[in-house]
Amino acid sequence: MSDITAVKDKYAAQIQAASELRALDDIRVAALGKKGEIGKMMQGLGKMSIDEKKVMGPALNGLKNDIAAMVEEKKEQLENAALDAALASETMDMSLPVSAPAGTLHPVQQVMEEMAVIFSDMGFSVAEGPDIEDDFHNFTALNFPPGHPARDMHDTFFMTAPEGEEKKVLRTHTSPVQIRTMINEKPPLRIIAPGRTYRCDSDQTHTPMFHQVEGLVIDKGIHMGHLKGVLMDFVSAFFETDVDVQFRPHHFPFTEPSAEMDVRYERVGSAIKIGQGEKWMEILGCGMVHPNVLRACGVDPEEYQGFAFGMGVDRLAMLKYGMPDLRDMFAGDSRWLAHYGFDPLLQANLATGLS
Amino acid sequence: MKFTLSWLKQHLDTEASIDEVVEAMTLAGLEVEEVENPAEKLKAFSVAKVLTAEKHPDADKLKVCTVETRDGVKTIVCGAPNARAGMTVAYAPMGAYIPGADFSLDKKPRKIRGVESSGMMCSGKELDLGEDADGIMDLDSALEMGAPLADALDLNDPVIDFEVTPNRPDWLGVDSIARDLAAVGLGKLITKPIESIKGSYPCPVAIKTDVPAACPTFVGRVIKGVKNGPSPQWLQDQLKAIGLRPISALVDITNFITYDRARPLHFYDVAKLEGGITVRMGLGTGVMDTSGLSTDDYFHALNEHSYCATPQDIVIADEREILGLGGIVGGERSGCEDDTTDILIECAYFDPLTIRRTAKRLGVNSDAKYRFERGVDTGFLLGGMDLATQMVLEICGGEASEVVIAGEIPTPPADIEFDPMQVTKLTSLKLGDDEMTRILEALGFAVKTGPLWKIGVPTWRRDCTEGADLVEEIARIHGYHNLEAVSLPPLPGRREPTATITQNRTRLARRALASRGLSEAITWSFVLQDHATLFGGGEDKMLLDNPISSDLDCMRPTALIHLLLAGQRNADKGYPRAAQFELGPVYRGTNPNEQALTLAGMRRTETERHWAGDCPVDALAAKADALAALEAMGANVSNLQMSKPTGDYWHPGRSGRLQMGPKNILADFGELHPRVLKALGIEGRVVAFEVWPENIPAPKKKKASKAKSALALSDFMPVHRDFAFIVAEDMQAGAILKAAQGADKQLISDVSLFDVYQGKGVEEGNKSLAIDVTLSPKDATLTDKDIEAVSDKIIASVMKAGGRLRG
Repeated sequence: MSDITAVKDKYAAQIQAASELRALDDIRVAALGKKGEIGKMMQGLGKMSIDEKKVMGPALNGLKNDIAAMVEEKKEQLENAALDAALASETMDMSLPVSAPAGTLHPVQQVMEEMAVIFSDMGFSVAEGPDIEDDFHNFTALNFPPGHPARDMHDTFFMTAPEGEEKKVLRTHTSPVQIRTMINEKPPLRIIAPGRTYRCDSDQTHTPMFHQVEGLVIDKGIHMGHLKGVLMDFVSAFFETDVDVQFRPHHFPFTEPSAEMDVRYERVGSAIKIGQGEKWMEILGCGMVHPNVLRACGVDPEEYQGFAFGMGVDRLAMLKYGMPDLRDMFAGDSRWLAHYGFDPLLQANLATGLS
Repeated sequence: MKFTLSWLKQHLDTEASIDEVVEAMTLAGLEVEEVENPAEKLKAFSVAKVLTAEKHPDADKLKVCTVETRDGVKTIVCGAPNARAGMTVAYAPMGAYIPGADFSLDKKPRKIRGVESSGMMCSGKELDLGEDADGIMDLDSALEMGAPLADALDLNDPVIDFEVTPNRPDWLGVDSIARDLAAVGLGKLITKPIESIKGSYPCPVAIKTDVPAACPTFVGRVIKGVKNGPSPQWLQDQLKAIGLRPISALVDITNFITYDRARPLHFYDVAKLEGGITVRMGLGTGVMDTSGLSTDDYFHALNEHSYCATPQDIVIADEREILGLGGIVGGERSGCEDDTTDILIECAYFDPLTIRRTAKRLGVNSDAKYRFERGVDTGFLLGGMDLATQMVLEICGGEASEVVIAGEIPTPPADIEFDPMQVTKLTSLKLGDDEMTRILEALGFAVKTGPLWKIGVPTWRRDCTEGADLVEEIARIHGYHNLEAVSLPPLPGRREPTATITQNRTRLARRALASRGLSEAITWSFVLQDHATLFGGGEDKMLLDNPISSDLDCMRPTALIHLLLAGQRNADKGYPRAAQFELGPVYRGTNPNEQALTLAGMRRTETERHWAGDCPVDALAAKADALAALEAMGANVSNLQMSKPTGDYWHPGRSGRLQMGPKNILADFGELHPRVLKALGIEGRVVAFEVWPENIPAPKKKKASKAKSALALSDFMPVHRDFAFIVAEDMQAGAILKAAQGADKQLISDVSLFDVYQGKGVEEGNKSLAIDVTLSPKDATLTDKDIEAVSDKIIASVMKAGGRLRG
């Protein structure tokens, strides 16, 4: 038995002293390998008496297990030490800058998406039409008689045309899309028509190109109360606050009765706060579609009626998101786009919010 | 249109304040643009009485006055020579802002040569009220001490400016404004009726109209023995208050009636007429003969211009020559002057379209033209004549002739058959017959009720032609604020998505591009024609007739131009490396089907230094952008053909085109041609792309179910095999990859390029392409023989495409 203790002590000392994995493995082989010392001692069992075996057998097995455990423990220690040593040299400067490309989406597009979402919830589809229009779609069908002073108020851009041919126009509103839709589709209709519009005017509050969203509902039994309701629902959803509105008469050739809608606002410093204060700001024009417009599109005004509305997208974008100058919208200044633009991961929707 | 509150009150009996008037106008559809009260800037000033005025002990020209003011008795040192005891003056308290002198008084008493002075006595000039700067204002002694100066001087009269919509020419007269306000209940209409004035002798000037379409009626009358001169103070004040300059009694009378009744008139000096008056069209060419010797039909107008009348223009002529352009501007020769004694009054009706066309061509504007082109009241031709006669007789004296009516007075507008139920149907307002009748009658309509109402339309309301117009009148006067808002009822049935496929696709593509570091811009649809030409556009038919500026005169053939220019502007300001894109229209013609939607973008290539190594922007960055956009839009990008763009604004060797089949172009990309960039004034190289979202095929017809096909997972390991092929250096790598991929469509699941090598070991003019082919067996593990067989197929296929296995 003293042999066993001596052998154990010997290997324990060697294992303890091993400083690297290979040396440890040599010790393991020397002790526990097929031709190792413990094996040899095991072979000695065959020559022993049964009584001796009864004692020595378990003792040798115990010795074997103890050494194996010591090796295993040491191995783990050495591996950890080796990893720690390796990790000690694996350093990186975590303050080094990393960059991810970051582009933004234009606020006017964002606002048009917001409008599409709000109106989609009320069943409006999005319709589109060409920017270069003819006189019929932009004016005549919309009940602007030829030569009428109302045409002057539109500061129309004309295309050149050969002598004797009618000049095409850049659409002064997206209302021609109404006309195209009414001519091509059957009621009931619920559409909004967002897009580029053009007027020959340029100053702090006018750009020669701007964006409009026009809405049209044609059905049986649609009345002006619905118009007021839709627009009130819209402005509160759009400005994401309860907005007080004023609905007052106005004149447009293509609607009768016609109205304009104002929202309550207040100027706080240089910012404009919608929904509070004592002042009214006009934000859109609207009305019941004029019977002449319905007739021009082949819709029977005795059977169908409806309403239309139109609003300036760029101005609404400015009011909601605080851009101070309309002209910056189309200048492509990188700093402006970065500041006023929107994260591309954002998708306006009613479940998670518009922006 | 401007008018004062006091002018309104000549037609409307009301106690309403200015705020109430403005509110009522707004709610009745008269959109107020501005209210200016001259009393505002006189708020600080009041009437005061000078008690004593003694010479200043230390200054010869100054006086020390004690003044009784509403702030108590004050000592005021004053330099005005006319200051005296007992005088009634305009008093400014300490701290007041003096508008005419643009300074504010001290807030505390100030010592002037040793005498403390509190406040100031003002001259008219200092208060912007006149030019009497020789001394202080010497007010009427009857004025009460302490009264606000604006009230004492009758200046508390706000001026209202509002937008006259084109349908309501009658609002260009104060009487009609009053009528609408009376209808909404703001007061009572008190416009005085006009008495018909009989002439005492036949009109000595013969009048005829040869053009009944352009000028159906010319009502005329002569008044003999008038005395012209300055008009009475009230008339001058009334015109001045709305910004008109008083000229002479006769001119002021016409201006007054123009604004009071929207009724323009013209007065001729009878002494200067030669023979009778004829209304006709012009006979000239329209081009002025500057020699002045021409016999062309022209005249010198009162506005200091000369005009030549064409057959499109209405002229008033005597037997010698043109006297003026009817309804637009009168001539100098026949105009009234101070010594005029006999006048001919013209009260006519001119065709609005004719007036408008002429005025537009000649660029003339006048108060008369503004009213005639919108249409004046055909029912007020005789009334206008009588009002003018009455005012001339009252102000200038004289004796009136009988009235001549040349032509015929236009017939009144047709009655409207009106179904009163239409009001509820269109507006949801439920009004009683009484209220609807009251409103219509208050506006001047004649109402005959019945199952269908018969509505007589007043001559000044020719904008009303059918039921909807009357509905608007009733709703407007009743008030839109009384409309109950009703949310739109939902449409029945299942809801389809409301956006089109292109809208949805571009929404995703824009996000894909922004995520890749490009910022979305929106730029003008018009460009400089020379720039358009560089990009394959710029045809004359794409030019604007009236561009906003000469550098934006042509509809764009590409969205790249403004993006490139913006990129350069950013660089010039010190912000290089602009990367922007735009979704918008481009124009190939003026027809609706010649407009296309483009998704275009550019990246400037200024190198950004980076600690981990520079990452240059090259043509393939633009390819990656284009592919990202296409992929986001659902295009099958693995199956596109590569060719060369046809536009010669692309770099000849560093640009590509992605297309489906021979005709359907999805995208062009690459470096832009350096010559084109130079012509645009762009420094350095720029890469760009143009993607055509509308060219991506629509997904196959919608299946009944959106469920995806079952997922078949193979149990067998994929195997990778590498190959290296030698190809000519101008050979497109894409062709080799495609050839390899096509060798066995069942087994080959992927081919990737992992090395492109030129140099030692590869002959000059060639390159080596190393590819990794993934083989994905589905039925059984691949044997060496299987792998060898597919390898042979790959090599054969690539050889056919122009490559050979590298030895």
